[in-house]
Amino acid sequence: MVSAPSSGQSPQAALDATTVKILVSGGFGVGKTTAVGSVSEVPPLRTEELITETSSAVDDLTGIEDKDTTTVALDFGRITISSKLIVYLFGTPGQDRFWFMWDELAVGALGAIVLADTRRLDSSFAAIDFFERRNIPFLIGVNCFHRVQPYSIEEVRAALGLSAAVPIRLCDARERHSSRDLLIDLVTHIIEGPAASREPESGIVTS
Amino acid sequence: MDEQQRWWFDDAAGPVVRPYTLTRGRTRTDGIDLDVVTLVVAIQPQVNAARVDDASARLLRVCEHPLSVAEAAAGVGLPLRVVKVLLADLIQQGLILRTLDQPAAAGPDITILREVLHGLRAL
Repeated sequence: MVSAPSSGQSPQAALDATTVKILVSGGFGVGKTTAVGSVSEVPPLRTEELITETSSAVDDLTGIEDKDTTTVALDFGRITISSKLIVYLFGTPGQDRFWFMWDELAVGALGAIVLADTRRLDSSFAAIDFFERRNIPFLIGVNCFHRVQPYSIEEVRAALGLSAAVPIRLCDARERHSSRDLLIDLVTHIIEGPAASREPESGIVTS
Repeated sequence: MDEQQRWWFDDAAGPVVRPYTLTRGRTRTDGIDLDVVTLVVAIQPQVNAARVDDASARLLRVCEHPLSVAEAAAGVGLPLRVVKVLLADLIQQGLILRTLDQPAAAGPDITILREVLHGLRAL
């Protein structure tokens, strides 16, 4: 909900708000929905999208109207910045076969947070590749309990094959402040561009 | 169920649905482009039941206040693609209004980015 249209307000005027979307991405089970839920003002909402066996994108229902099909869940949250500006956070479905959903979600997205788990960094490669190819700004959030993990930021950067232009932060997806700080760092990265994001590299995000 | 089907219909996938039955045969959005974050609102949340089907009537009630297409879909518990077809139909009937600005492929302007940043810092 944005705001209830008051008696003196036309429905069209009630739509006078800007909506933006940020994607929360990464491999299966890396904490995407947890991160969305920790910073969203509402418990994560769930919707579904149709997938077909031939699949990939289904632009409309033509051709699948009389076929049984199944769905993939999409979790999202929202942050109301003001009555005129709302941020929606979408967790991308983790499995590779749901890539087609990312294409649609990515259109017009401000940027993305790619969550990574150092126990299986390879599960983040696909997401990194996706955003690099589309020139969508992203940062890496290394999800770890209490922001403690055995590798340095530079070791993670080397393992992921990332240039210094991509910010890497340690985070705890369960903590609201931590997830908020990832969003702040991402938007700062988008505003300032790659060159300005090389520091800090400590990974310790202060709130 | 053959191998090909098993690949799709596993635990990670949701329930099997037949979208045609939900949209009463409508399949297209007729060029009405709806993003997941496009805002929609019902002009008349309560309409004569004879004018729309059950799913559309529920959708209109959910859209009593402005919300995103994704929230509307979550609200009625139907797949996004189905909800977009239903919404496009309701828009053509003049029962739903939507924001006309789609998310720009080039990204938003710097003013919006700074507003987002300011708002996040205030959380």
